[in-house]
Amino acid sequence: MSKDIEPLFSKKNRALLTDPLDDDNPITVQVLGICSALAITVKLEPAVVMTVSVIFVMAAGNVIVSILRNVIPTRIRIIVQLLVVATLVALVDQFLKAYAYDVSKQLAIFIGLIITNCIIMGRFEAFALGNGVWKSFLDGVGNAAGYGWILIVVAFIRELFGAGELWGIPVIPQFIYDLGYQDNGLMLLSPMALIVVGLYIWIQRYYNRKLIEKD
Amino acid sequence: MNRDSNKHTYIFAVLMVLSVAFVLSFTSESLKDLQNANVKKEKMQNILSSVGINVSRDESEDLYMDYISEELSLKSDGTIDDDIEAFDINLALEVKKDSDTQRFPLYIANVENEKFYVIPLRGAGLWAEIWGYIALKEDINTIKGVSFDHKSETAGLGAEITEDWFIDSFTDEKINDSQGNFVGVYLTKSNNDPRNEDKMDNEVDAISGATITGDGVSDMIIERVQNYLPYFNNISNE
Repeated sequence: MSKDIEPLFSKKNRALLTDPLDDDNPITVQVLGICSALAITVKLEPAVVMTVSVIFVMAAGNVIVSILRNVIPTRIRIIVQLLVVATLVALVDQFLKAYAYDVSKQLAIFIGLIITNCIIMGRFEAFALGNGVWKSFLDGVGNAAGYGWILIVVAFIRELFGAGELWGIPVIPQFIYDLGYQDNGLMLLSPMALIVVGLYIWIQRYYNRKLIEKD
Repeated sequence: MNRDSNKHTYIFAVLMVLSVAFVLSFTSESLKDLQNANVKKEKMQNILSSVGINVSRDESEDLYMDYISEELSLKSDGTIDDDIEAFDINLALEVKKDSDTQRFPLYIANVENEKFYVIPLRGAGLWAEIWGYIALKEDINTIKGVSFDHKSETAGLGAEITEDWFIDSFTDEKINDSQGNFVGVYLTKSNNDPRNEDKMDNEVDAISGATITGDGVSDMIIERVQNYLPYFNNISNE
């Protein structure tokens, strides 16, 4: 490794931030974190708050694990990582309850779900344990944003076609309903999240040819 | 330093757990008052909303003092237990006791010279608890309003019980049948009254896709309100 100081946003570092949005997206390319993507994409608002919470937990967790990377005993590293996630999630929960009570109520179970999000453990294990603090921070933000982006897209589609609303506000004008249009209740059920993610993967691969596996 | 030695592993684990425990308990203790204040204000807000007063959570404390004239804790025979503060009764713990030893909180509201009886509700939804308040008019039959809340019902389906369109369908429904017997209010899919124009049928329209949550709402109204009948009989005989 060269001793030259790498600029904060060198090309490599920028890639840490932007790759997870498309080329290396945790959900559509690595197919991680699917379980929570099913649960919280019925409506846009919880999806956005979940995104923000995951960005915080993942960036902070990556930084902590990266700081400790040289002292964490190898044999118990998974437990240590789990402890870091669980602590951060408990902190988020406590602060939301005190300062953003309404949001915390809406997200009640989802906050706990962050702990089980395999993307977070995956990044700790695969990246933060072997990289410096700044890089780990960027990687955390990038992957959480890549995850959140998919959540928001899926939630947008499901809420729009499932309930005719966005952010809880009806957006489909009455005359369309008068013409015989109906909200598709199926969109609100979990299987449709998978189908929407599948369609996203299809479209993504159509435009991003390098993702297509060679036979 | 050999970080894979047993000694290092034990020391690391102990230090890590201690520091995490310290951080968490410190945060929890220092935020406790704020969190409890939020819960208390929300309870007041929900009680007020069942009698048709919708306020923000921050204003709820003052208005609660203005409108709620009495807080009673009732025994199962309908007499009043003066030793227990009704507002402090934790219904989540109370419903687990036998109905003989339970105390039933009742809030009496005075809004523009009308008297309302507000009964707290608690029951089971699909995934976890649901709860709420039901406000009865002075005839102890007509519903003034309700408010519902839930822990983790499905967003877009069961979670809709908190929405105005659902809550509004309870207004002016009766809890007694035409003979005056207590029957509660049922959520049904087949009441042939989708616009909810018939207020005497003890039925409101259920939410599609939320059958279990809906049954939970029906059950909790019957189960909780029947405990207050002895008290209501006592006051009507006076």
